[in-house]
Amino acid sequence: MTQAEALKEYLLRLADSDMILGQRLCELCGKAPALEEEMALMNVALDLVGQARNWYEYAAELIDDGRDADKLAFRRDAHNYRNLLLTEQPNEDYAVTMGRQFFFDVWHYFTLKSLTESSDERIAGIAAKALKEATYHLRRSSEWVKRLGDGTEESHKRMQDAVDILWRFTGELITPDDTDRVMAEAGIGPDPDQLAKDWRGMVNEVLTQATLTPGAEDAWMYMGGKHGEHTEHLGFILAEMQFLQRAYPDATTW
Amino acid sequence: MSEWRLYEVFVRSKHGLNHKHVGSVHASDAEMAMENARDLYTRRNEGVSIWVVPSDTITASASDEKEVLFDPSEDKIYRHASFYELPDEVGHM
Repeated sequence: MTQAEALKEYLLRLADSDMILGQRLCELCGKAPALEEEMALMNVALDLVGQARNWYEYAAELIDDGRDADKLAFRRDAHNYRNLLLTEQPNEDYAVTMGRQFFFDVWHYFTLKSLTESSDERIAGIAAKALKEATYHLRRSSEWVKRLGDGTEESHKRMQDAVDILWRFTGELITPDDTDRVMAEAGIGPDPDQLAKDWRGMVNEVLTQATLTPGAEDAWMYMGGKHGEHTEHLGFILAEMQFLQRAYPDATTW
Repeated sequence: MSEWRLYEVFVRSKHGLNHKHVGSVHASDAEMAMENARDLYTRRNEGVSIWVVPSDTITASASDEKEVLFDPSEDKIYRHASFYELPDEVGHM
């Protein structure tokens, strides 16, 4: 794999993970448990969609086959999507929604932090802007994990269940493949070992404060997302998300 | 949610010197109130500083005391410093 190929692949992963998690969170619009939470969730969701746009635009320039950011987002099928499996998991109860957000945010925070030092200036610029948003996302989701974990008997049970359900999708966040290694060696992407260490460190710290038990480090993990092998959920997300663009291709007036 | 406490939110705008009351949020604790206030009241770049105060810690004047508290000052125009000629050097007051 050449560095140029890896870079396109890597940008799509960043974009797709932001896009799919943003879309997932937007499903809660009008249904969040409280008005305040709804506003907060939609802020996070739209932050992520905005970041996805920046990554897609850069990816589109490098792919250079006539597709723009919109076409990359709305005209690719599930097997071409490169998002982390974690981001496509359903919202379920609020413990799962916040657990998913927390595991993602820790990964996102350390990834973006490293990308601000990227040898690719465009990536460093996008990451610097996104990092401010991700730092706040992480603060919010950590607080929720602690609040629910160290809350009532019921909230503790639900939060622990959420950790147990989601754990099998977390290995993908910190297990590098060829693309990740090529990016790291080029000084473009984060050092995989450091990222894994940082992710584990913060997750353990917060879960401990939340009186929760993390899953085993050697637990079996699902890891197909970065290569287009997705869980059954992604197809349904895309069907809803891409409907308009598919039904009315190239429509310019809404 | 039904057990969430109500907090009053005060935001200091970029050019403002003092925090102004902008509304209220529900939250389970002060930290959450701060985050909710940030997400509700500063999303359009309104502020640089936030205070949140539990609503039930505010002591308010009662509406039926209005006449006693505020009417007596109505005819005391001498309390306004509008009868002095200000030297130009003082500038805006």
